[in-house]
Amino acid sequence: MDTFTALGQGFVVALAPAKLLYALVGVFLGTAVGVLPGIGPALTVALLLPVTFKLDPTGSLIMFAGIYYGGMYGGSTTSILINTPGESATMITALEGNRMAKAGRGGPALATAAIGSFVAGTIATIGLAFFSPWLVQLAIEFGPADYFALMVVAFVTVSATFGDSPLRGLTSLFVGLFLGLIGIDRLTGQARLTFGVPELLDGIEVTTLAVGLFAVGEALFVASRRKHAPEEILAVRGSLWMTKEDWRRSWGAWLRGTFLGFPIGALPAGGAEIPTFLSYTIEKRLTKHPEEFGHGAIEGVAGPEAANNASAAGTLMPLLTLGLPTSATAAIMLAGFQQYGLNPGPLLFAERPDLVWGLIASLFVANVMLVVLNLPLVGLWVRLLAIPQPWLYAGILVFAAMGTVAAKPSVVELSMLALFGALGFLMRRFDYPVAPMVVGLILGPMAETQLRRALSISLGDPLVILESPIAAGLLAVAALALIAPFVMRGLDRFKASED
Amino acid sequence: MPGARARKPLDRAAVGVGLFLVALAGIAAWDASRLTLTSTYGMGPEAMPYLIAGGLAVLAIGHFVVAVRSALPEREPFDLRAIAWIAAGLAALIAVIGLGGGFIVAMMILFAATARAFGRTAIVTDLLIGFGLGVLAYLMFSKLLTLSLPQGPLEALF
Repeated sequence: MDTFTALGQGFVVALAPAKLLYALVGVFLGTAVGVLPGIGPALTVALLLPVTFKLDPTGSLIMFAGIYYGGMYGGSTTSILINTPGESATMITALEGNRMAKAGRGGPALATAAIGSFVAGTIATIGLAFFSPWLVQLAIEFGPADYFALMVVAFVTVSATFGDSPLRGLTSLFVGLFLGLIGIDRLTGQARLTFGVPELLDGIEVTTLAVGLFAVGEALFVASRRKHAPEEILAVRGSLWMTKEDWRRSWGAWLRGTFLGFPIGALPAGGAEIPTFLSYTIEKRLTKHPEEFGHGAIEGVAGPEAANNASAAGTLMPLLTLGLPTSATAAIMLAGFQQYGLNPGPLLFAERPDLVWGLIASLFVANVMLVVLNLPLVGLWVRLLAIPQPWLYAGILVFAAMGTVAAKPSVVELSMLALFGALGFLMRRFDYPVAPMVVGLILGPMAETQLRRALSISLGDPLVILESPIAAGLLAVAALALIAPFVMRGLDRFKASED
Repeated sequence: MPGARARKPLDRAAVGVGLFLVALAGIAAWDASRLTLTSTYGMGPEAMPYLIAGGLAVLAIGHFVVAVRSALPEREPFDLRAIAWIAAGLAALIAVIGLGGGFIVAMMILFAATARAFGRTAIVTDLLIGFGLGVLAYLMFSKLLTLSLPQGPLEALF
């Protein structure tokens, strides 16, 4: 019952005309930027963060929610129409969606993606609303040692467990942790790794890192291989409407995708790639039209798109209730909270229920706005896709530099942006994942604070982190998750040598 | 290398990453050793840097093993000139902002240089587009959102 009251109050906040306007602006900007090829939700959120600097916290977070969901919708449009997904989670959508578009069924592909995202987003946001208070109850019991253990789990799952290579994932994570050390130590006030540069005392901005890695790195990467991989934009031909047959084949896939995406996103299990991939595999197995897979099967768009959106709402659960970001997007959202001195977690639910529930309610609002706006406006979004590549990337870099300059107008900050861009390019080139670095930067200092708090409570006894059953259990999970990929790889090699 | 394994050239890229990680680990450990204030009990500010330095060192060893036994993923051929253009654009951006040339000029040059990297040759057109974009962004940020942007001679006109 409490949840209903709280959510009702959230809607009172979110439905105020000014807030509706913020949501609308957020949804519109998010879609417009998200639809640009090569820009995923994480970068969309990072690029648009400066736009929200001067709003009040509630308004800014509501606009943020709109940007986040808008960026997701925009991304799927891109992957259907030009097969260059901005991020790995929409890669699966591109698989069947791009084929559908090539076969002249781009309209229904966009429609099933949009409606599927709406269905999944709505169900998952209901899940978020109802499970969050429960998780908050649990989180109140957490001590510093438990938080530390939870963060270790997040580190491991984000970097090692589900990537191609645990070595490269962990490398990315540790470089992020290194960057997180830079700045003033919160407990003793000493400067670490600042080399006498005053601008470094506040630490590295998460947005500078994210924009450098994603935007500048991506621009360098695409420019460097432009001659080798041309792209082609497909026009939306034929009707946008789904036929009865399309509906019949889509709804089951939407629901299955949702129920895969939400729990996997909510557990700190490393982003949306897993549920989208699982959903695709399941749809391929369940379909009555297996011959269509690989040639544009609508289930192959509907399921993964739903899974993707549901897991995006799922990631918000650990973020809001525990302050734990488990994806690059969530890490940037956390930075967005922190710019107002807000720390997501159980306390925020108690202290600022208007803000938390207003945010959750505005997720519903954003979802409705998107499904109403996007299909009619698809012509406009397709136009954006047709911006010539040189101008597109030039514009992206201008935007990236602008955001950085607006946040911290200094030569040091811009130099870091360029440096992170070079790093992002090299990481793309050698296939290192970028998200663990962003998560490491923001979560590293938090983990250190919790660990030191735990150890000072125990007067320096390191065993304190194993004394709490929650912490011990979580650390065991982390250890398993770290070892698992190596063991499985070992088994693979074993099998291969047997053949 | 003794044994049955065939001799394989070292993967230079993996060695490079390994050396980079060694350098980071060294810097973190060196910096931590200079911290004078530590906690009387519990964990001081130097503990985490040492821990991270240790992790980086282990990962460096992992890269050296990869360099000897296998290699990092295959790289695609790439176009150095495109990269040089973008790098030049970023360098100009930093220089113009640093020398007080202002936001709009910086954006104009960055836009044109990036467009050039992607194969455009109409530099004057691109400079004009960049200028327009810069003015638009300047007005939006400084007037609508009241954020302060780097000032230069052009910005003084608005």
